[in-house]
Amino acid sequence: MTPTPHPTRRRTAGHGGARRSSVMLYVVLTVFALAFVFPFWFMAVGAFQENPTTSPADLFPTGGWTLQNFTDINSRLNLIRSLANSLIFTLGVLAGTLTFGLVAGYSLSRLNWRGRGVLFAIMLGVQAIPFQLLMIPLYVQVTRTYGLGDSYLGMILPFLINTTAVFIFRQFFLSLPESLFEAARIDGASELRIMVEIAVPLVKPAIATVALITFIGPWNEFLWPFLITKNAELQPLAVSLANYISNVSRTASNPNGAILAGAATLAFPVVLLFVFFQRYFQASDISSGVKG
Amino acid sequence: MTATTTRDAPERSRRSRLPLGGLLGAQPLGLLLVLPYVLFLAAVMAWPLIQAVWISFQDYFFTAPTAVVEHPFVGFENYVSAITDPQVQQSFGNIAVFLVINVPLTAILSLVLASALNKIVRFASAYRVAFYIPYVTASVSLIGVWMLLFSSGGLVNTILGPLAPDPSWLVNSSLAMPSIALYVTWKQLGFYILLYLAALQGIPKELYESAAMDGAGAVGRFRNVTVPGVRSVTALVLILAIITGANLFTEPYLLTNGGGPDGASATPVLLIYQKGIQQTNPDVASAIGVLLVIGIGLLSILAARTGRED
Repeated sequence: MTPTPHPTRRRTAGHGGARRSSVMLYVVLTVFALAFVFPFWFMAVGAFQENPTTSPADLFPTGGWTLQNFTDINSRLNLIRSLANSLIFTLGVLAGTLTFGLVAGYSLSRLNWRGRGVLFAIMLGVQAIPFQLLMIPLYVQVTRTYGLGDSYLGMILPFLINTTAVFIFRQFFLSLPESLFEAARIDGASELRIMVEIAVPLVKPAIATVALITFIGPWNEFLWPFLITKNAELQPLAVSLANYISNVSRTASNPNGAILAGAATLAFPVVLLFVFFQRYFQASDISSGVKG
Repeated sequence: MTATTTRDAPERSRRSRLPLGGLLGAQPLGLLLVLPYVLFLAAVMAWPLIQAVWISFQDYFFTAPTAVVEHPFVGFENYVSAITDPQVQQSFGNIAVFLVINVPLTAILSLVLASALNKIVRFASAYRVAFYIPYVTASVSLIGVWMLLFSSGGLVNTILGPLAPDPSWLVNSSLAMPSIALYVTWKQLGFYILLYLAALQGIPKELYESAAMDGAGAVGRFRNVTVPGVRSVTALVLILAIITGANLFTEPYLLTNGGGPDGASATPVLLIYQKGIQQTNPDVASAIGVLLVIGIGLLSILAARTGRED
């Protein structure tokens, strides 16, 4: 983590001007924060309402609560099955990133080998290649060459190692003091042992940060699993919900409630994860993950 | 390795400075550790990238997995049919509309909100979470909410009453793309706020203090200290916003029901999907992709200039 070089110094809010401007800051921030959070409120309330509101007066309903929306959407797409598919897809990517990504980050920061600089430059370039350009050849490759259409492996493959995660791991390993490594080497510890027993335990916060960042990729991903899963039994929730929104909802009796129930099911695991573990999602980490 | 040996570390290392790996200037283990990642990049980035360009110069069609078929080289034919296609032209125009709204709005709002967030002490993390929550949430689920909010009889139109646009937002050909631009700005803003926040934490407080002593007000300090202080991040924010905007797919596919009305919100990536996979013309689709990436590249170079020190 990049330490803030300058300790926060605050002038005592002595005169009214400073206090007034500080109140202004809170007013502006609160207005925007409400605009950001409002759709989540709408989703959470609407998911449990017989008739999701279209008027501001109904935003704080006192009655009409129901679980019917979840039953409705569950009858058109298997919610539990879809959630399980999302979870398998996500855990596969997490496993790949937390193993291969971790050792790659270590190698890029702590070990000297020929071609390291070149690889790092390539990684920066990779960030700029939009996945969408690779979509057609990847689709051909994964579904036709490897025959991995309609399979978890095919879903996971293009996301297996998150480059942002490699950057973050690299940054964390770089922040460890060199003397630690020198000493271990002098003590005769093998490079592998130094990594596993000294370095990795010291970057545990990085593992939490990377897990959070990596989680949202596959969990929220729509385009790729949408392309390669035709079998509804294998579709992650983002795909089956999108299908419901674009096709099935037209024939449903209360589509709005069901859409909100599905949206809430997809959104809230991530929302809760980020509210509980928000201290692992810091500006400096995100920044180093993007800039390398 | 026990804690004791670790604690002895600095003393011992001072005695022998030569790193052991310095024999060949290399620790070959590093190559082994990075190998899976390199193979991954080669398989899912480099190879498809070459393929994408390659396909765009061929008369390419899908075949059975085992069939060996000659794909004739056709030069720029796919590019010509892409460029002369009115649908493609319209989609690039739509993206231009999107970028004109989304990019400046994103850069200005995220810097202003990050600066405000950087100044407060209480509830800072609560505000931070509120701002990035849309960013971490699945677009499919938020689109579900926005569709209902902005539908003809939805909450937004109910509040607007007689001011509500007709036809409503997402089915109105001149409002569909701006609505998507607004949605994406809202969804992504938290991420850019975090980028700016990290940059703001790196600006020395002394700069603000001396500016204040020179009589600069809040606006003056923002213009003369904050804006130049985060210039390199501004370039990054612009580039990332351009890349995100140029790659829109989920929003026009779902929010405006396949780029509607009448292609008014169709994007190049939506066409890549429709032409490449639905209509099985991967060659023209790849040409659109290559054109899109060239466009993004040119715009990014322009944006990167913003980050250059004067």
